[in-house]
Amino acid sequence: MEHGSYQDQSASTFSLADEDHTLANSLRFTLNQDPRVALCGYSIPHPSEARVNIRVQTTGDPANEVLKDSCQDLMLICQHVRSTFDQAVVDFKNNNGAENQ
Amino acid sequence: MPKIPLWDLPELPKNQLPPHLYLQKTRVFCNNDAPTHTENIHYSGAYAALGVDNSLRLDEFRKNFKVKVIKLNEEDMEFDLIGIDASIANAFRRILISELPTMAIEKVLVANSSSVVQDEVLAQRLGLVPIKVDPRLFDYMSENDVPNQKNSIVFKLHYKCDRGSGERRTVYSHDLKWLPFGSEYVLPTESSSDSTSKPKTYTSFTSSQDSLPEFANNPITVTPGIIISKLGPGQEIELEAHAVKGVGKTHAKWSPVATSWYRMLPEVILLQDIEDDDAHKLVKKCPVNVFDIEDVGKGRERATVARPRSCTLCRECIREPGWEEKVALRRVKDHFIFTIESTGALPPEVLFTEAVKILEDKCERVITELS
Repeated sequence: MEHGSYQDQSASTFSLADEDHTLANSLRFTLNQDPRVALCGYSIPHPSEARVNIRVQTTGDPANEVLKDSCQDLMLICQHVRSTFDQAVVDFKNNNGAENQ
Repeated sequence: MPKIPLWDLPELPKNQLPPHLYLQKTRVFCNNDAPTHTENIHYSGAYAALGVDNSLRLDEFRKNFKVKVIKLNEEDMEFDLIGIDASIANAFRRILISELPTMAIEKVLVANSSSVVQDEVLAQRLGLVPIKVDPRLFDYMSENDVPNQKNSIVFKLHYKCDRGSGERRTVYSHDLKWLPFGSEYVLPTESSSDSTSKPKTYTSFTSSQDSLPEFANNPITVTPGIIISKLGPGQEIELEAHAVKGVGKTHAKWSPVATSWYRMLPEVILLQDIEDDDAHKLVKKCPVNVFDIEDVGKGRERATVARPRSCTLCRECIREPGWEEKVALRRVKDHFIFTIESTGALPPEVLFTEAVKILEDKCERVITELS
């Protein structure tokens, strides 16, 4: 759910349901690294309710585009982490298998 | 930091941070009273005045990111994630603990229990027993679903302590027997016309779970050796336990890791040369033997840092006055030593891969919601 104004697309608050610090903190990290972002932060309105408000203010670009790009960046980071991890596990198993023999 | 006149300052390399700012950005200083510079400076324009770009460069991330596996066996693993930020490492840790699905016992149908352990306590203990099965082979079961072979596993426990034996018997978790054909208890409502066909039980398995290729030669077991209850002479327990799929967020019994944690790599730097008596004092102070003595010749000995990785930051080496100028304790902000201890359902390297996949799925959900 996006709370913003039709006149100024560069600043809005996104309210995500069923989310918590796990996704919000990672998204805040990738958002902050984007040079188009002027301000970004997240808050949890009440700890008993699983809802996160992410605030994005950009230097002109529409805020939902910037958020989408940050999600894409996070996905690419995760994919790279996964492939590097799998490669490292395979290397470790091969090295240990050679040592045991 | 010593005072240097302005005209003697060294030339700064262009487009790079000066060394003291680089240290503040990448290291946590663990002083005697409190750690400093713990915040992560993420903002892309943080060093804009210096002409240094702090934004995320995906290609640089790909170049610098490394994973090193230190220990790996079926139960636990320890590995290093180098070049990643704390928020993403924490996201993996949170997903490992609470959002990876497993199978755990949820419903217990007690036919006979004359032990001193109350039924609800018995059910709670059975729920915490880890079940060694791959949860990806099963589906979630909601309230309206009928329990069938795709979403539940049935175990049976029947233990009797004979009256004549005169000694107490212990009921262990390996006494739980897997029933691949489903529940054996018949539902109480029965109409007379159905008496010729198979009676309806508490679960409706259309085929035996044994016929699936994964379970054909590989029966579903639980972790052995866990004490469930103790029975005196003449006491008996007869029950059936149904296991379903769930996540750790709902109840901790569904968490696939015993626990999983990470710590940042410690860095111990000797700011001055520490020799002879001071060196011996330093080596004796450290409870985990981080320091070592080396001979420099002419009978002089010097202290060196031999095992910085095992430092637990007890700060014994800088507790006494005067030592803080000699030893610097720091932590590297983007080097995480991750440990995962699995309960047996899935091996730890599969657990981490699944956790990364779940974070990707969350991002994709946000993207589809926005478009």
